[in-house]
Amino acid sequence: MYPAPFRYHRPESLQAAIKLLGKFGDDAKILAGGQSQIPMMKLRVGDLSELVDIGRLPDLSHIEARGDTLHIGALATHAEIASSEVAARIPALIEAAGGIADKQVRNMGTIGGGLSVADASGDWPACLRGLNASVVIVGSNGSRTVSVADFILDTYTTCLEADEIVTEIQVPLPDANTSSAYVAFKRAAAAFPTCAAGIQLSMDGGTCTAVSLVLGCAGPVAVVSPDAEAQLLGKEISRSDLEAAAEIIVAESQPPPDARGSEAFKRAMLKTLVVEAGERALARCRGEEVSGGHRYA
Amino acid sequence: MPNTVVVDITVNGASYQREIEARLLLVEFLREELGLTGTHIGCDTSYCGACTVTLDGKLIKSCTCLAVQADGGKVETVEGLEQDGKLHPLQEAFSEHHGLQCGYCTPGMLMASKSLLAENPNPSEAEIRKGIAGNLCRCTGYVNIVKAVGAAAVKMQEV
Repeated sequence: MYPAPFRYHRPESLQAAIKLLGKFGDDAKILAGGQSQIPMMKLRVGDLSELVDIGRLPDLSHIEARGDTLHIGALATHAEIASSEVAARIPALIEAAGGIADKQVRNMGTIGGGLSVADASGDWPACLRGLNASVVIVGSNGSRTVSVADFILDTYTTCLEADEIVTEIQVPLPDANTSSAYVAFKRAAAAFPTCAAGIQLSMDGGTCTAVSLVLGCAGPVAVVSPDAEAQLLGKEISRSDLEAAAEIIVAESQPPPDARGSEAFKRAMLKTLVVEAGERALARCRGEEVSGGHRYA
Repeated sequence: MPNTVVVDITVNGASYQREIEARLLLVEFLREELGLTGTHIGCDTSYCGACTVTLDGKLIKSCTCLAVQADGGKVETVEGLEQDGKLHPLQEAFSEHHGLQCGYCTPGMLMASKSLLAENPNPSEAEIRKGIAGNLCRCTGYVNIVKAVGAAAVKMQEV
């Protein structure tokens, strides 16, 4: 399958890229790693006449801890994140990165692209929402930073203006009492997840002082639930607490019935994933080494 | 800017300069511009892995990469495995252990296996299965493929 014809641009700087995007407006699309953009172009989804390849722009592939924040350049690949020692301080990040599609796709696909495409089944929108990450956006009017919660407005829809590019993802680094987990159910490596759950817990003196719970593939955007989190706050967190929280957040979600599963199947699966992610994160908070990985059919 | 581009891509050690349409996929560049038809197009949706090659040492799916993204890069395809008329140990092992039935997935399986063994010369069965997770075999020949990769790993460590 060939994409429809387009004019190809490979600007040498971020500013040049922004200028091109400003000039072409809605006629242009950004190419980073291409692992979502190229399939969409092959399927002739979305109209474009100009393709702006930012894949070789310098200084956008860093993965660095600075102060209490992890800074990830928008062009860092899933593979680079999955094998990064500094990113490993946030286990959910490594589990999401290392579980995206397969090795081939992880070598090309970028975190900036995976987040910006805002696929309801994508791993980054859910994982980064759960980790309370922020997005640095640069455009012709300068730079702004927005939370992932505010960045993704709807499925395939972000707050990015036509002349704006995501340059960095910022993830708060956890303190010693905090850990996380992200687990998806997938039919096969290359497939999008059927559903996914992520959690970050802070356990101080055996009780939960902070929690962030998120579901992926369970609605138009990542699903969060303050009521479900309230079930865990202040508790020692038993399996039944996790089950109660899962019950609430899954009731508030809208998993779409599709070829990957019925709504009832997905609701049942989401509940087990919340419990599994919760138990994994709890064990990590206790200092146990818990290996990650998704569940495959 | 025109919608053609001039690219310079090194494939299996030889450099090729071509003027191509920007929308040309790397797999089509290999097959149609260079006549290297060893790399197969299977699903054409970045799912099956039949088109797997390496670009600058990294395993990728060439149906989901524009040729222009490989401009200036080094591509290795299944044609590059045989050296001086001698099959690569992986090719020999696939032959010996019946690691193929129809053969359609084989070029991608070989490239994925080579990449796996470069990173992990002595993989367990589970690690082999994970290493080729991005490659599908419609003949369901995974048992023998996994066996072949394991055998090649042993052979390559003897050398």
